Amino acid sequence: MTRLIAARVLAGLVTLLVVSALLFFATDWLPGDVAAALLGPQATPEALATIRASLGLNEAAPLRYLHWLAHALHGDFGRSLATGRTVLGVLLPRFANTVVLAGLAALVSVPLALGLGIASVMRAGGRLDRLISTLCLVTISVPEFFIGYLLILLFSVQLGWLPSLAVLNGGMSLAQRLGAITLPVITLVLVVLAHMLRMTRAALLSVMSAPYIEMALLKGLRRRTVVLRHALPNAAAPIIAVIALNLGYLVVGVVVVEVVFVYPGAGQLMVDAVGKRDLPLVQACGLAFAGTYVVLNLIADIVAILVNPRLRAA
Amino acid sequence: MSAGEYQQATRASVRGGGGTTPVAARSRLLSFVASGAPLVAVIVAAAVFAPWIAPYGEAQFVGGVWDPPSAQHWLGTDNLGRDMVTRLVFGARNTISIASLATALAFGLGVLLGFAAAAIGGWLDTLVSRAMEILLAIPVLISALMVLSVLGNSLPVLVVTIGLLESTRVYMIARAVARTIVVREFVAAARLRGEGLGWLLAREILPNTLGALAAEAGLRFSFIFLFIASLSFLGLGIQPPAADWGSMVRENAQAIDFGLPVPLYPAAAIAFLTIGVNRLVDRYLAAIARPGAT
Repeated sequence: MTRLIAARVLAGLVTLLVVSALLFFATDWLPGDVAAALLGPQATPEALATIRASLGLNEAAPLRYLHWLAHALHGDFGRSLATGRTVLGVLLPRFANTVVLAGLAALVSVPLALGLGIASVMRAGGRLDRLISTLCLVTISVPEFFIGYLLILLFSVQLGWLPSLAVLNGGMSLAQRLGAITLPVITLVLVVLAHMLRMTRAALLSVMSAPYIEMALLKGLRRRTVVLRHALPNAAAPIIAVIALNLGYLVVGVVVVEVVFVYPGAGQLMVDAVGKRDLPLVQACGLAFAGTYVVLNLIADIVAILVNPRLRAA
Repeated sequence: MSAGEYQQATRASVRGGGGTTPVAARSRLLSFVASGAPLVAVIVAAAVFAPWIAPYGEAQFVGGVWDPPSAQHWLGTDNLGRDMVTRLVFGARNTISIASLATALAFGLGVLLGFAAAAIGGWLDTLVSRAMEILLAIPVLISALMVLSVLGNSLPVLVVTIGLLESTRVYMIARAVARTIVVREFVAAARLRGEGLGWLLAREILPNTLGALAAEAGLRFSFIFLFIASLSFLGLGIQPPAADWGSMVRENAQAIDFGLPVPLYPAAAIAFLTIGVNRLVDRYLAAIARPGAT
């Protein structure tokens, strides 16, 4: 099992490396270069040449990638072209905000998805099951911003319970912060809940059709016992995989939700940076998001290995 | 699932009863509406005939900012005083045509590569599959943002970027489906007859995977459509003054603060089309799963 996990970790690291190279070369291969973008259209050729030399732009692309990677590993992503501040200094507090938002959404949505998924399998085809299935279909088809604006219209404009913008500043108390973040968290929960719930239900139902489940039911066990004791442990691996996959989805869904609520997170930062073509910042944000996504998938694989007794001996 | 069973039951009862009683006719109508077909048909018709249907010009200023709904402007006006219905109709045209182009590109590339990988196998299969897996390891939105930050967001860039990124998903499915076909006897027979790769892909594999691929095309379209809407909403997709549903949400977002539901109209339009296409695909899958059904 240790060997299996080590192999997965290694594969994950290789993926991260290749992803970082992809991100670097994708942004590196561009019409015009960073020096021209820095100095603007009035730059003299001499000034351009000086800047290029000082930024190391005259070196070959693979060499520059290695330099970039070495600096990135030391936490140095260069400076933002738009503001001149260090990329890390801009990104870190924003990314922390994003982690808080996505983390809270995960804390709410995972237990909720598990609970509702199990409840709907308890009486498959029943009224609750059909209600949940219909709601899932609707929330899956609806874009994140629709849910977001609907909630704003309802809870902050009509009812006036919660603020419509999730703007954070230093002078806010914890309660104020939580109030500001409630609507974005609910939006994110609704977005991922449907996916997780549907797949939890599907995983449980596919186990429920196994012969040993029929046996358990025929010998007179209550359906609740069968679902919780017999079906759930065997559906654990696919359910965990689904949850991790959707946490990855959360990483991306957060971008749109942050823009809806003007939340000061990394997603909003990246969208702004793309609009301004602030490449060092875009690269760092992309690496942060893609890295989180790869690591979440890796954790899912490892947990799936850990919960599968057949793989423990290997 | 239960809705599908319900529809099957309805269909059976309709057939059994001869389909002429008012009750049967009504349930047949219900089932037709529930299939999503009318919804999709109305939206697609609006998209195709936009210049003839729309009461005003795409970027024509006809009223004040966020005028309430009236006889002249059924859904009121937008943030610049343009007719909301007109913008919605043209938005359907712009968003759907771009999503269709990107879907076509994703399918052309994904299916070709997937079939070829399955039919040829060996190092080609390994190489392409590994490359696709790496691309799949990055969330599509993040990859798209990276590319758009470099190349800017013109329409060709948008279509090609989304088409290429989505072709990875199509590739995975096309390859998986084709692998179950290439091991069948008739493919071996064709190989022994000395048919070339083109024949194998087009005449042996394609006809046998068409059902699965058609369903996937529907789902992929609705996904790409949602994705383009999200990009436009972020201000990185289709650019103004062209109307499209995602950027219409963005442009009118401020109206929410005044208690006006204006941004919800285009957002709801996006949701309707996605739900309609999904229902159609479900219905289609149920139909091809039933033996002997047309």
